[in-house]
Amino acid sequence: MSNIVVDKSKVPWWVSNVIVPLVNLSLALLVSGLFVFIAGENPIEAVKLIIYGSFGYIQGFAYTLYYTTNFIFTGLAFAVAFHCRLFNIGGEGQAYIGGLGVFLVAINLSFLPVPIVWLLAIFGAFLFGAAWAYIPAYLQSKRGSHVVITTIMFNFIASSLMIFLLVDVIRDTNQMAPHTVKLPEEIWLPSFEAFSGILGIKIRYSPLNLTFLLAIASLFFVWFLVWKTKWGYEMRAVGHNTQAAIYAGISPHKNIIIAMCISGGLAGLLGVNEILGVSHKIQAGFPAGYGFTGIAVALMGRNHPIGILPAAFLFGILYQGGSEVTFEMPNITRYMFVAVQGLIILFSGALENLFRPQIESFIVRRLNREVNV
Amino acid sequence: MVSPILELTDINKSFGHVQANKNINLKINKGTIHGIIGENGAGKSTLMSIVFGLYQANSGSIKINGKEINLRSPRDSIINGIGMVHQHFMLVENFTVLENIILGFEGETVFGEKLQKAKEDLEKLCQTYNFNIDLDATISDLSVGFRQRVEILKSLYRGAEILILDEPTGVLTPQEVDELFKILRSLKDEGKTIVLITHKLIEIMDLTSEVSVMRQGEMVGHTKTEDTSKEQLAEMMVGRSVLLRVDKKEIKKGETIFKVNNLSVKDDLDVTRVKDVNLEICSGEILGIAGVTGNGQTELLEALSGIRKVESGSIELFGEKISDQNNFLNPRMLKEKGLAHVPEDRQRMGLISDFKAHENLIFGYHDQEPYSKSAILNNKEITEYSNKVMQEYDVRPNSPNLITSNFSGGNQQKIILSRELNENPKVLLVGQPTRGVDIGAIEFIHQRLIDMRDKGAAILLASVELDEILSLSDRIIVMFDGKIVGEKENKNVTDRELGLLMAGVA
Repeated sequence: MSNIVVDKSKVPWWVSNVIVPLVNLSLALLVSGLFVFIAGENPIEAVKLIIYGSFGYIQGFAYTLYYTTNFIFTGLAFAVAFHCRLFNIGGEGQAYIGGLGVFLVAINLSFLPVPIVWLLAIFGAFLFGAAWAYIPAYLQSKRGSHVVITTIMFNFIASSLMIFLLVDVIRDTNQMAPHTVKLPEEIWLPSFEAFSGILGIKIRYSPLNLTFLLAIASLFFVWFLVWKTKWGYEMRAVGHNTQAAIYAGISPHKNIIIAMCISGGLAGLLGVNEILGVSHKIQAGFPAGYGFTGIAVALMGRNHPIGILPAAFLFGILYQGGSEVTFEMPNITRYMFVAVQGLIILFSGALENLFRPQIESFIVRRLNREVNV
Repeated sequence: MVSPILELTDINKSFGHVQANKNINLKINKGTIHGIIGENGAGKSTLMSIVFGLYQANSGSIKINGKEINLRSPRDSIINGIGMVHQHFMLVENFTVLENIILGFEGETVFGEKLQKAKEDLEKLCQTYNFNIDLDATISDLSVGFRQRVEILKSLYRGAEILILDEPTGVLTPQEVDELFKILRSLKDEGKTIVLITHKLIEIMDLTSEVSVMRQGEMVGHTKTEDTSKEQLAEMMVGRSVLLRVDKKEIKKGETIFKVNNLSVKDDLDVTRVKDVNLEICSGEILGIAGVTGNGQTELLEALSGIRKVESGSIELFGEKISDQNNFLNPRMLKEKGLAHVPEDRQRMGLISDFKAHENLIFGYHDQEPYSKSAILNNKEITEYSNKVMQEYDVRPNSPNLITSNFSGGNQQKIILSRELNENPKVLLVGQPTRGVDIGAIEFIHQRLIDMRDKGAAILLASVELDEILSLSDRIIVMFDGKIVGEKENKNVTDRELGLLMAGVA
């Protein structure tokens, strides 16, 4: 048995943060290519279509960024909780409930000046998402109910609760489908086409809207919170070593609750994009799996905002480019792309350490040789 | 000339970039007790793991009785007559002694004849070496000293001619150490060869006939024990001369500032571990707690530092009650009142090993100015402060941005110590300050504790190293089974007396 032991202090930061994720990603794509080939299509053509679909024309690129927005929120949500070593699998439910927060604030306070409605709606999204995460957090910290189990259950509860509300309480009674009325048009968030219209450029419809900037701001917010404030410091301390945290007088209970609430709040912001920005009403099932994919985004981005941005963008490309491929290649179904996502999660999450020791020791040896010469 | 029973030539072993053994040459003669001494991280354990087949050397050769052999696994070593007793015992707790010893060497599917044969052989072995072990006893019922004997017996039964012991006395009381040494001597008299790995000079002088010294992965000397002295060995180990005795001024005892009344504490399993303890500490004094690990010292320290709830009784600091069964101040509040705590287990409690050094240097003080202001960490201040204290405490390497797990044990301990002493605490609780710390750092840590005492701090020192208790304390209490079983001024106390108290027999 050969065991490669590498002195971690000698490994440059870019190895584990850039090289290893890139190698894992390439492997995932390679295996995906194999599947495309088996399905009877040309993998190279498929890659071309993905790139064209997500970058090739302005509307496609706008779609890519719209998906990226959602992935940034749910990826950050998972990452914040993870720094306190909590696996928040409940992003999906928290986003759903967050959407309820946006809608209720916006529809009830629409008489206020528009920017204030926006701010309050964002706050409402965060608060509702946080509240939905608070219950599992409380159960974890006080009762020891594992947050993985409870957050999964809370996804189902959120889904049932929202269906109930959409059918019996807040449904647009003028029709039969489970969705609400539309918000008044003057409080919709400006879309990308509206912006380009001001600049005199005419483009076709895309769901990209102002929420993208909120997502970028959230990246900064999380970076600052986790690494620059004492709250982030305490959260990380609890996550890394609870015993030591207690020794230093840091309360694990308090920090579990704070971390989960911020996490849930960030997931809730997805509701801003979907409801205030795109559909302007609550539709049944609008989080559409973004909450779960956010886990993969966070894992790939190594739970750091600087990693989450490109990871979210990558998944945006896959979503947008993937739908382009399914149009053009009849043998490739939408489910193929779910499988591709799965492969990325497998290689960058579960098999993260598959090649790490080899890559690290190879690079460390190379560097040493350079130093010695 | 007879060839040595074990001969190592030019052994090299590296882990990635770190070279743990460099060109090691070693000859061990049959029928001797050979000591291998060195600081933590000097490469002793790596070398012996190579001999025992746990690691493979990158280059070099191993000869047994002049014949070159290839050791690929512990099984190869056992076949070649090498046995090893690890620091942490490898025994199945709910098996009997007999079951543990034959484990892996049962020789039959249904127990019968061979088991009976094994038992007879073992009984003979026990008699020859005076082991005094009941083969049918369950391991979990045996004391640590007896468990160690089981390990030795296991190696002998498997035909060991060379027995390697890795830090065998770390967990034993002085009496148990005596017993162990008696056994080792009788093994030697029967012609067995013993390799003793240790960092305790006293054991080398007591027991061995030859000694090899390792420093930073290299063999720096071989000598006959009778030709050397403790001071000389210490100098070889560290590479410079070392003060083995602590210089201590006459005590200037102040008023009582820390008081514990009828304290009882339960552990996580709801077992009462501290029973009705009373103690007082004055400013300017070091109170040592001696005792074998697991006799309530851990829980006592945790209760005193505000980590663990008190079951009954109370704790007073400057006459103010800080803890009783109804409520207790948390560690952060206690820090503000001038109580600092260097915990027993630095990996589990004192540090976050994944944090950077500067993050650990403010741990527990992170919400105080100047390290943070209105919840935002002040990185400039933290870095400046870290650079300063790391220099002052000679933490090596002096890089505040290095992840803490990359520091050696001694340097990690210095990080904790500098953090806890920096605020000039009035009361200092210290547990095992030098566990796993090399000899150069021990000297430094002891000196810092004495300095604190001379500045008027009240210090409570819990340690399983009797030497440490004896050389630092002004007053000593002994804990056994959660109770204080003796209290002595540290004048003319011998480790014998303390040892008897620690074993609960006096």
